[in-house]
Amino acid sequence: MEEKGQVYRVSGPVVTAEGIRPRMYDVVAVGQEKLMGEVIGLEGDRSIIQVYEDTSGIRPGEEVTNTAMPLMVELGPGLVKSIYDGIQRPLPVLRDRMGDFIRRGVSAPGLDRSRKWAFVPKAKPGDKVAPGQIIGSVQETKYIQHHILVPPRVSGTLSTINAGSYTVTETVAALDNGTPLQLMQKWPVRMGRPFRNRKMPDVPLITGQRILDALFPVAKGGTAAIPGPFGSGKTVTQHQLSKWSDAEIVVYVGCGERGNEMTEVLSEFPHLLDPKTGAPLMDRTVLIANTSNMPVAAREASVYTGVTIAEYYRDMGLNVSLMADSTSRWAEALREISSRLEEMPGEEGYPAYLAAKLSAFYERAGRVETLAGHDASVTVVGAVSPPGGDFSEPVTQNTLRIVKVFWALDSKLAQRRHFPAINWLSSYSLYGGILDKWYNDNVSPDWTRLRGWAMEVLQKEAELQEIVQLVGSDALPEEQQLLLEVARMIREIFLQQNAYHEVDSFCPMSRQLQLLSTIRRFSDLSTRAMEGTIPLSKIASMKSKEVLAKARFEKDFEGELKKVLELMASEFAAAGK
Amino acid sequence: MTKEYRTVTKIAGPLVFVEKTEPVGYGELVGVALSDGTTRRGQVLDTSKEAVVVQIFEGTSGMDKASGVRFLGETLKLPVSLDMLGRILSGSGDPLDGGPRVVPDKRLDITGSAINPWARDSPKEFIQTGISTIDGMNTLVRGQKLPIFSGAGLPHNDIALQIARQAKVPTATAEFAVIFAAMGITNEEAQYFMRDFERTGALKRAVVFLNLADDPAVERLITPRLALTAAEYLAYEHDMHVLVILTDLTNYCEALRQIGAAREEVPGRQGYPGYMYTDLATLYERAGKIKGRKGSITQFPILTMPGDDITHPIPDLTGYITEGQIVISRDLHRKGIYPPINVLPSLSRLMNAGIGKDMTREDHKSVSDQVYAAYAEGNDLRGLAAIVGKEALSDRDKRFLSFADLFEDRFVRQGREEDRDIETTLGLSWELLGSLPEGVLTRLDRKFIQKYHPAHKGERAAAAKP
Ligand SMILES: Nc1ncnc2c1ncn2[C@@H]1O[C@H](COP(=O)(O)OP(=O)(O)O)[C@@H](O)[C@H]1O
Ligand SMILES: [Mg+2]
Repeated sequence: MEEKGQVYRVSGPVVTAEGIRPRMYDVVAVGQEKLMGEVIGLEGDRSIIQVYEDTSGIRPGEEVTNTAMPLMVELGPGLVKSIYDGIQRPLPVLRDRMGDFIRRGVSAPGLDRSRKWAFVPKAKPGDKVAPGQIIGSVQETKYIQHHILVPPRVSGTLSTINAGSYTVTETVAALDNGTPLQLMQKWPVRMGRPFRNRKMPDVPLITGQRILDALFPVAKGGTAAIPGPFGSGKTVTQHQLSKWSDAEIVVYVGCGERGNEMTEVLSEFPHLLDPKTGAPLMDRTVLIANTSNMPVAAREASVYTGVTIAEYYRDMGLNVSLMADSTSRWAEALREISSRLEEMPGEEGYPAYLAAKLSAFYERAGRVETLAGHDASVTVVGAVSPPGGDFSEPVTQNTLRIVKVFWALDSKLAQRRHFPAINWLSSYSLYGGILDKWYNDNVSPDWTRLRGWAMEVLQKEAELQEIVQLVGSDALPEEQQLLLEVARMIREIFLQQNAYHEVDSFCPMSRQLQLLSTIRRFSDLSTRAMEGTIPLSKIASMKSKEVLAKARFEKDFEGELKKVLELMASEFAAAGK
Repeated sequence: MTKEYRTVTKIAGPLVFVEKTEPVGYGELVGVALSDGTTRRGQVLDTSKEAVVVQIFEGTSGMDKASGVRFLGETLKLPVSLDMLGRILSGSGDPLDGGPRVVPDKRLDITGSAINPWARDSPKEFIQTGISTIDGMNTLVRGQKLPIFSGAGLPHNDIALQIARQAKVPTATAEFAVIFAAMGITNEEAQYFMRDFERTGALKRAVVFLNLADDPAVERLITPRLALTAAEYLAYEHDMHVLVILTDLTNYCEALRQIGAAREEVPGRQGYPGYMYTDLATLYERAGKIKGRKGSITQFPILTMPGDDITHPIPDLTGYITEGQIVISRDLHRKGIYPPINVLPSLSRLMNAGIGKDMTREDHKSVSDQVYAAYAEGNDLRGLAAIVGKEALSDRDKRFLSFADLFEDRFVRQGREEDRDIETTLGLSWELLGSLPEGVLTRLDRKFIQKYHPAHKGERAAAAKP
């Protein structure tokens, strides 16, 4: 039921209206151009509205219409391969309708109303169906079978269900109480979609990024944060995760960041292949782009739009990962709106409810048993952009209280072009222990030990470095110098990984194991050789070390590694003589 | 004629509060008539049924409550046409060169609109600036926004001018234009730019907007928007490749802070408004390229870091939006090195798109990574060498230490008029890398070492012989 009122005040993206009686978070249309907005405050008989489009020229007295509905996203086939703004308007449609620049007052539905999909029923008339149950499917892309689910809160007995070609709004089935079911359903973005139970996240999200998979893994259904100053690698890391991680669906939210970074995804992803299925990466990707110069209120909404889409695919039984770049820009949108509302500011001007909002967002991650009984997950990875790179600021601190994995980016590493610039001493993963079993069963029974060894070498190196800073490395005993040498190998050969190198960009687990084991082998052989009084200088200049350093760039990695091992054996044998 | 109101109730800093008006649109342009007969312009920042808040571009000094206020029913527009080329305009777009007003082809809203990310085209055409630290290590591409982070008294203007003079796209000969927008810089500095533009003939292809140090601070909020509106017109309607130099963004941000304080807003870091990131983004994101259009906008914003502090909110928020940064170093300047660009904190995020085979050279990326790693290591060792003495360093360390010196002296240092092409820059990189043991060059593919490393020159020559 629509009701009409008037604009009372306009201050940037915040409009105050009178004469309507909405509920919190109802969507309203503001002014002659019917700009979309959402009620975010009620004060006396006035409603405070955040408007998702530019408000220039709006005057007091213009009409405001309350739709009496919350902000919803459209869920159904056609989400994959789409690029949306923060409130799910498809950007290609906006371009067709308004040209190359984003103008305002255009509404466009999230899902194409004219496209037809071939629906294959999996249930039959007379079947009793419950919320979340799969009643059929459409082939959304070559590898994504899109299940059509009974919407939450709907149940009954199917009276009709028919195979055929349908648009998203046509009825494909009906319940005996008359409820029609379509390919599309809607869901309010600010509310998590229901599931049956939470499950223990004990399977890693394999990312093909050595430092992440080996040292600081995130579980499928887990949460991770990547804080770092500008230029340290937040976006590249999230792009790498979107490209190579073994999720079935990736939702990438560019929240208040650069336009060109979205263009990069759009131009690269169609040409890169998912290592698991061989299909173009775009075929499993949903993009949401609300860049820094697009309206701030829609930026605030963008992460919710993203996570709701992620949950929807989870409900089909898939493993989904959501990237949010950057959650700090979302928090700043909150702050900007809050300050226009003249709310009491908390730390650094952020509203006092920042922590609650952040944890409510990350709470939507998880490995679950879906309503239909499937094992599925949403993994959430959030970039954090601390002002001045100072991790003690409120968004970083509140995020770290919630997430289980912390990938600390370090500008010192970035400056020397050590990428990914993830600091191996300050980062952590609280999933380590839970995931050990998976790694030992699926990668190698020796994995936990190998990883422990690498971490230990790196930690000892850090301690020794403090001494080196005072006396120089030549003053250390030889076995400590060897440790520094091995640590250097771990850093330069294993931890460093070039995202822009055709081969090195993605490193499967088997290769990670081989690389790390080979470094370990070099270390063991060296220790033994030095006990036999072979000088370190001889070891440090061995050719096999050099060849190993380059093996990760080779297409024929296996072949190259074989050469390394042979060369290593002969060099050490020769040195012993 | 629009109605004139004489209902000013309060004047605070650059803001004027007006009551009892008819409905006024948000962002509307405002004309104010002072009792001394002069007029000023402003813009609506807040509008309600009770009161309107207006920000006056030229400031409120000398204004009183008897001033007459008119709401002009439209947002601020810039008259644009091709005749703008060669003109010098004030920070609010009025002629300063004694010439006539620009006869408009169009009048464009100066706020601009966000480019639809779907409509963007990836910037990837290599721009050769002739400066090794940029071309070799932080390559610029057409449509990029690459700021210069500098400090008071450092030669950022010389560098910006050298770039403007030398910048070329080796493969193309399209029309170009330069837009220069000064915000709060001194007259002397402005003249420095103007003289160079005149000397090189660039002025004919330039549009200059000048808001100088003694011009009103609030005007600085519109100057860059005028400049970018002119840039968009030339780029997207006349297919030109436009280079926009904005200087000094620090003064722009100070003006922003001043408005925030006058509005009694809750301040963010160090007193700057919480929306400064978004505000700056509406400037910087106007750089780029659009699919199906020939022109482009490349931005060179210049800012001086207060206290040389890169974590200060102005460089910090800028770095979070722009596609990298060129950082000028006081240390290198003191060592007498020009251009004193410190490559370590510098970055070009779009570099990878513009370099490599068919664009610059196949080895470009790896060479640059290797030089970075080596210089960083050598630079770190300087601290250690100062403590334990050079002699106590290992042989490996000594080589890196001298690499760092060599790099600054040979690679970073170049003349103000020296225009190095990319082959020269890459050749220089290999020459320097040749001073290190080959075993430490872990970033370089074997095939590149064989092809370009000075030590393999002999083999190459031998192989080339029949
Ligand atoms: N894994 C990586 N491999 C190679 N280069 C990287 C990697 N990560 C970051 N970089 C480099 O660092 C730059 C900045 O990274 P980016 O992710 O954009 O930083 P942020 O998002 O933290 O500002 C990139 O343009 C790229 O040159
Ligand atoms: Mg980023």
